[in-house]
Amino acid sequence: MNFSEVFKQTNQLCKVSPDGKYLATCVQYRLVVRDVSTLQILQLYTCLDQVSHMEWSSDSLFILCAMYNRGLVQVWSLEQPDWHCKIDEGSIGLVSSRWSPDGRHILNTTEFHLRVTVWSLCTKAVSYIKYPKACQKGIDFSRDGRYMALAERRDCKDYVCVFVCDDWHLLRHFETETQDLAGLEWSPNGCVLAVWDSCLEYKVLLYSLDGRLLSTYSAYEWSLGVKSVSWSPSSQFLAIGSYDEKVRILNHITWKKITQFEHPAIIDNTKATVYKEAEKRPGVGSDEMPLHNITMGATLFNTQSKYEICPLPVQIPVVKPDPDRASPKIGISVLAFSSDSRYLATKNDNMATAVWVWDMQKMSLEAVLEQTSAVRCFQWDPLRPRLALCAGNTKLYLWSPGGCVSVQVPTEGGFQVQSLNWHCSGDSLILLGKEQLCLCYMDTDQEDK
Amino acid sequence: MPESSTVKDVLSSSVECRTSPLRRFSLSALHRNSLGVFCSEDNVQECLSHISQEVSSFGLRPAWTEPGSGSELNIVAALNCMYDLIQLHRRGLRTLENMEVEQLKSNSNVDFLQLSTTRLKEQLEISKRENTGLLERERQLQLKVKSLQNCLKNEKEEVQKLQNVIASRASQYNHEMKRKEREFNKLKERLNQLLVDKKEKKQAIDVLNNIGRADGKRSLWKTEKMEAKHEGEMYKTLLSDYDTRQRELQLENAELRKVLQQMKKDMVSILSSRKPAAKGDKHEHGGTQAASEEEDDEAFDSSKESVELYCVHAREKLTNSIRLQWRRLKSHVERLDSQVSSAQTGESKSTDAVPRETHEEEMDRLKLEIQQCKDFIQAQQQLLQQLSSPCDEETASLLSDCYMLQEKERLGDEWKTLEEQRKIFERERRNFTEAAIRLSHERKAFEEDRATWLKHQFLNLSPFSDSKKPSLSKSKSAFLISAETDSSAAVAPEKFIKHRSESPRCVPLTSPSTADLYRTLCLIPEDSSTKPKRKTEHVEESSVFCGNAPVRHKRWDGIQDRTLSQEKNSSI
Repeated sequence: MNFSEVFKQTNQLCKVSPDGKYLATCVQYRLVVRDVSTLQILQLYTCLDQVSHMEWSSDSLFILCAMYNRGLVQVWSLEQPDWHCKIDEGSIGLVSSRWSPDGRHILNTTEFHLRVTVWSLCTKAVSYIKYPKACQKGIDFSRDGRYMALAERRDCKDYVCVFVCDDWHLLRHFETETQDLAGLEWSPNGCVLAVWDSCLEYKVLLYSLDGRLLSTYSAYEWSLGVKSVSWSPSSQFLAIGSYDEKVRILNHITWKKITQFEHPAIIDNTKATVYKEAEKRPGVGSDEMPLHNITMGATLFNTQSKYEICPLPVQIPVVKPDPDRASPKIGISVLAFSSDSRYLATKNDNMATAVWVWDMQKMSLEAVLEQTSAVRCFQWDPLRPRLALCAGNTKLYLWSPGGCVSVQVPTEGGFQVQSLNWHCSGDSLILLGKEQLCLCYMDTDQEDK
Repeated sequence: MPESSTVKDVLSSSVECRTSPLRRFSLSALHRNSLGVFCSEDNVQECLSHISQEVSSFGLRPAWTEPGSGSELNIVAALNCMYDLIQLHRRGLRTLENMEVEQLKSNSNVDFLQLSTTRLKEQLEISKRENTGLLERERQLQLKVKSLQNCLKNEKEEVQKLQNVIASRASQYNHEMKRKEREFNKLKERLNQLLVDKKEKKQAIDVLNNIGRADGKRSLWKTEKMEAKHEGEMYKTLLSDYDTRQRELQLENAELRKVLQQMKKDMVSILSSRKPAAKGDKHEHGGTQAASEEEDDEAFDSSKESVELYCVHAREKLTNSIRLQWRRLKSHVERLDSQVSSAQTGESKSTDAVPRETHEEEMDRLKLEIQQCKDFIQAQQQLLQQLSSPCDEETASLLSDCYMLQEKERLGDEWKTLEEQRKIFERERRNFTEAAIRLSHERKAFEEDRATWLKHQFLNLSPFSDSKKPSLSKSKSAFLISAETDSSAAVAPEKFIKHRSESPRCVPLTSPSTADLYRTLCLIPEDSSTKPKRKTEHVEESSVFCGNAPVRHKRWDGIQDRTLSQEKNSSI
């Protein structure tokens, strides 16, 4: 495992191009494009204001920089650095900006979600989409990039608009049976659209591409409902995480629940392994860490840690949420399927230090990782069943079916890993701190406990 | 001489009190002479001395001091002495009375106490029972209270849960409302700003030059054809997805079907190897099927099967056959298990093991029983038919006879007993007739006596009955037995005479027939029909006649019942 040097970034804006060759980072109002392997700066662009959002186009030729407070979007070209494009939303403001799947249109959501403006870079044409809904996830593109689903709220009723991304033709427009639509997501095969209601009502609706309602699923009434939804990459399963600390898996044939995963505070009676992070005193030999080329920094400031396998029963520390606050910190907020749909990683908000890994073949708990501090972010390797997670400290944790490892990020001055992103090849990780970033190059042959 | 007797008593008592052997010995001579008198003319002196000793021992002044003063008794002293003795005696009696009274009192006290103890024991018993009853009720009420408390706790928990839900929903609503209000406020501000701000910044895009499309093609006009094309593409996508899914499911189905077939083959082979003869048809069919399957070419076979099994019936057939084989295999394994367990432990299979298995076995057993019973019933029916239909006369008669055999035997036994009884009757009748003869003799004697007595009466109508009485007493003693018959004595002789007149044949010397005898004795009323019941009664009564007593009145007089019962007791 190799760690690169630390670079600056702001706003956690650091993205690898879809083709995996370039790394774009924003530093204040500058956009820096580097080569991923050499990390040499290839291009440098200057924007008009601090960039709020940055996104690569799908063909890796253009980069979008949006400045929400100015209402501006600037588009840069990699091939032609002189080429520029500026979209000014004017007084109407800008709340979000994104590329269309073909990389030639930009969708801007105005302030107050008054409308979505579709700017075409090819024709300078403008289209408007009225009444977009301001919700958790109101717009979703299908994976093949052909269709876009948009949530609409008109006359106190929820609708879904399906557009053909080719020419923005409104293909379907249908009403949904939701009280207050909170989000929608295409299945990876692009044929089913999952729509879920706000947390006040547990309701997940499944619509076919042509707008027919395939199925409705509601696990219970009255208590707070759906918190997160995720499709498995094979489109076979739909995982629904809810406020009752359970994940329910629906199958794509009958759209009925096939199993539910519970997150009890005391883990007992299971074949899963529980890894508990234990801090080691500094200065102890790092036998357990099979690092090959460690660029050692000031390790005196950083405490090593390792994983211990705990015998059952194990008690996970629970933090009871404030009952008077809205959107309580309880329930399954993060669901992530591995790329082969074999594993599902979940996080329960009132057990913030634990990550649960479930085996989808056996439909049972595979492993539980208990960290010393709250887990900030975790992501599966795009190619292998390998989970990388970070907990806001200077360590990087990796889990695979073979075992679990805790790696110290060797940086001077301490580098708190706030979030991470895998490179699309699965060979490297981008670790983002508060104002720094670091790349971690994986060695393909190391997986030890 | 009551006084002498009392003196005697006192003396005897006093003798018993003081046990001096000498005295006893000396007193033996004085004590109780032949006439039971203490003092007689010859032992006066001794009596005197004795009495004086006794009196002095009582503490009283003796009647005489000098024993040799002669046989003259100091009457005054004697009287005094007697008086003293009487006083003493009275005192003694009084104390005795008192003691008796006290004893009675104490007895009554004891009785009273006993009664009260029994009463109190009963009360205690009752109160103990009540107590246990109350304890039981209290226990039940406590149980009820506990269960109600549990219910209450559950309800409270549920209420709490619902309240929590309501609270979370309320906070969520509030949060949403606040968010919307904030947005609304922002909107208002923006609107104000826009209205105030004259310079409206328009939207604009500034591109250096238009870039080509991603796919390099030229963009097309938006026409209906385009829309139709889009629709078509959408449906194509959907259809292709369904196609892939169906293909996957088909593959899965084929796999599963293969697995089922394999399972069926395996099960069939296992069962056929274990049970060679048991279930012939189906099994052979299955075996032949398996054999045929094995014989066929594999590729051809699978295709043929897959073609066959596409229709519903074939699929059902396969699943049903699988189920059947599985059931057989299961029962076989269960049987093996039970055999093993019984061999090991010597017990039959545990009752709690698998209810369904035992239930199935029970069912089989019951079915077998039902079959057996049916066969049995059929056989019975056949036999009944044979019986009801007339077959050969011989056989019919034989059969009829053979059914009555038991009853015939019973009849024979009864006949025997009846014969014995008849013999007994004959004997008794004989005795009865002898007794009747004797009775007639006695009656004759009685009549003669009566006649003489009447004669005497008539002739001696004088009150001098003293001299006669002793003689009459003897005859009267004979009448003592029938003293109670005086009331009807007048009636009976008349009847007797009447009947006697009616049946002149009734001469005591000749043994009369039973019926005449009965009639004579007025045992039978005017109707001469002798019912067997009556006969038995007479039989009983005839046994009574062994006793020498005229009991002819007993049927008409209730007063005679006592004598009858007495005589019955005496004779029987």
